[in-house]
Amino acid sequence: MAESIKDQVRAFIIENFLFGDTSAQIDDDASLIENDVIDSTGVLELVAFIEERFGVTMADSEIVPANLDSLDRITAYVGSKTGKETSLNA
Amino acid sequence: MCGFGGYFGAGVDPADAGPLLKRMGSAIAHRGPDESGIAVLHDAGLCHTRLSIVGLADGQQPMSLDGGRLTIAFNGEIFNYVELREGLIARGHVFRTSSDTEVILHLFDEKGPDCLADLNGDFAFAIWDAPRRRMFIARDRMGVRPLFHTTVGNTLFFASEVKALLEVPGVEAEMDPIALDQIFTLWAPIAPRTAFKGIEELEPGHMMIVEEGGRTIRPYWSLSFPDSGEPSRHTDERAAAEELRALLTDATRLRMRADVPVGSYLSGGLDSSVISALASGMTPETLRTFSVAFDSAEHDESAFQNEVAAALGTLHATVRCGEGDIAAVFPDVIRFTERPILRTAPAPLFKLSALVRERGLKVVLTGEGADEVFAGYDIFKEARVRRFCARQPGSRIRPHLFRKLYPYLPGLKQQSAEYLAAFFGAGADLPEDPLFSHKPRIRATGAAKLFFSGDLREQLAGYDAAEDLASCLPETFSRWHPLHQAQYLESRFLLPGYILSSQGDRMAMAHGIEGRFPFLDHRLVEFAATLPPEMKLKGLVEKHILREATRDLLPETILRRTKQPYRAPDSQSFRGAGEKDYVRDAMSVEKLAAGGLFNPASVSKLFAKSRQQPLSGFRDNAAFVGILSSQLWLETFTGSRRRTVRAA
Repeated sequence: MAESIKDQVRAFIIENFLFGDTSAQIDDDASLIENDVIDSTGVLELVAFIEERFGVTMADSEIVPANLDSLDRITAYVGSKTGKETSLNA
Repeated sequence: MCGFGGYFGAGVDPADAGPLLKRMGSAIAHRGPDESGIAVLHDAGLCHTRLSIVGLADGQQPMSLDGGRLTIAFNGEIFNYVELREGLIARGHVFRTSSDTEVILHLFDEKGPDCLADLNGDFAFAIWDAPRRRMFIARDRMGVRPLFHTTVGNTLFFASEVKALLEVPGVEAEMDPIALDQIFTLWAPIAPRTAFKGIEELEPGHMMIVEEGGRTIRPYWSLSFPDSGEPSRHTDERAAAEELRALLTDATRLRMRADVPVGSYLSGGLDSSVISALASGMTPETLRTFSVAFDSAEHDESAFQNEVAAALGTLHATVRCGEGDIAAVFPDVIRFTERPILRTAPAPLFKLSALVRERGLKVVLTGEGADEVFAGYDIFKEARVRRFCARQPGSRIRPHLFRKLYPYLPGLKQQSAEYLAAFFGAGADLPEDPLFSHKPRIRATGAAKLFFSGDLREQLAGYDAAEDLASCLPETFSRWHPLHQAQYLESRFLLPGYILSSQGDRMAMAHGIEGRFPFLDHRLVEFAATLPPEMKLKGLVEKHILREATRDLLPETILRRTKQPYRAPDSQSFRGAGEKDYVRDAMSVEKLAAGGLFNPASVSKLFAKSRQQPLSGFRDNAAFVGILSSQLWLETFTGSRRRTVRAA
């Protein structure tokens, strides 16, 4: 079964920003900034990942915390762009 | 400027005292390559290594008064010793030497611990008071000169650097996990804690009296600010600028006193340019200036350095830092910082002091301290913008100001207003939090603790370094203006804990060079503390009053220059030619596992990532340098290189 958007994003974040450290749980709705997972350059890495992995192009106006600051928000955003998953709980 | 050490207590066999003191002195011989001496006293001892700067022929130490009634070992300079000496002579004191060391002895003889109030200088010293069987130890107000101590049994041992204490039987190096957590949160341990478990430093502005019944440590000076809203005596900006100029000129004049030539560091920024300009006008010879230049354009300021040197007509010399240069000296740098560091910035200064030594100078002035005293750092402006944003949390306009603060950080330029607000905690941090100004830095740095091992986390048991820092603040702190609160945090903790130590004294003294800091003259520090905040940070223009006070000294381009913080390439220094064998060794799974401080699997991924592409984020760079320096610290002080340290 194909990995869900959320699982793919979670795997990317753990590998790329947490260097494989799974001791800290990332809740689906936890802020990636407030939990020190991501910094200003990390956001651009995340954008590059989303564009490459899911085949979408993010406009500057879309690169905002409302779309990217938690697993739920990323999943909803990517889902809305690809039409694959639109529910926050997907 | 020198190094010293000693002990008080019955724990040293008299037959071992001489050899032990010699070993302690030898461990810090780099601080005083000109002469050395020891004094074996009754249940006490002092050792000294001398860098001869004042009283070249007759300033040997340890120095005694009245055949050993008082004996001193002293590191540093008393800049107003000429005036103090004249006063003492007028009051009947008879001097045998022309040194500032003897001035301290006579002043202590006359006033006891109260003598500290009269001293204008950078110093750490110990005086053995034989009749009272008491050791009196003191350290300068701002923490320019270091002083560490530890107790074995009932005997207190002290020294200018920890490596001298490691010569004492029974003293072993062990990393203090709390200190490591503090470094990975605040960039430096919170004094008196050091990286070495069981070894403390005497805090700046403190004295210690050791007697057979015990010891007392207490402050004799502390930095303070007026209550917010209290009317300032400085209502006329022009008059304040004139007073500042007079104080800074006198502070520089006093720091030009030496029986050897005095040079100056020149970074290309406002502060060192001002000091070089003042010094240049005070010496009949051509002033010699020294700079660091980088191959990396992002860090290089040589165009500005050359412009100032040409404008002042100094004899200028530069040391270049290119690929592999920082990595080549980094293990030595850690041997001298004696603590893990999160940035490589001390390394170029290590190379710079070597250049000064090579050119035959022993003393340099620097512009250090101006950013703390006159609010020059970006963090002060950042806090002001964050407060501005916090007043209107949903604003899409206000966060754009963050871009103006960090023009040298391209990653920030591309961010939306929403992200800028989020990264700087605008809206999330409470303006009444005592650490408000430093919260983003604490968060960004602390994120590097991601790499701590499970064992280390267990030992730390949820310890919170920021909370610990907040608990150290004085009672009056909450009544100060927010800018003054931020200035206090920088001046009281990061300045002595990192800037003056890891980047200052240790890098200069590694090559027997004495740094002098006119901006840290306590008269200037006290004056600046009483200035209204808006005279220091005017809107988002830093050090406004300093610019006004020194407008005639420098080219307009330097005066108008936006502050460029001194930075060096961090993890990038260890790529390519910088990936030395010791880097691969220190970052290997085996060494990481043996050290026990970091998670080998995570660090391996970080190391692999850094080899693929330059690490770009603050956290990853801080983590890389912090982990590498911690591993080198273990290797140097507890591992196979320990023998080298002892023999050095």
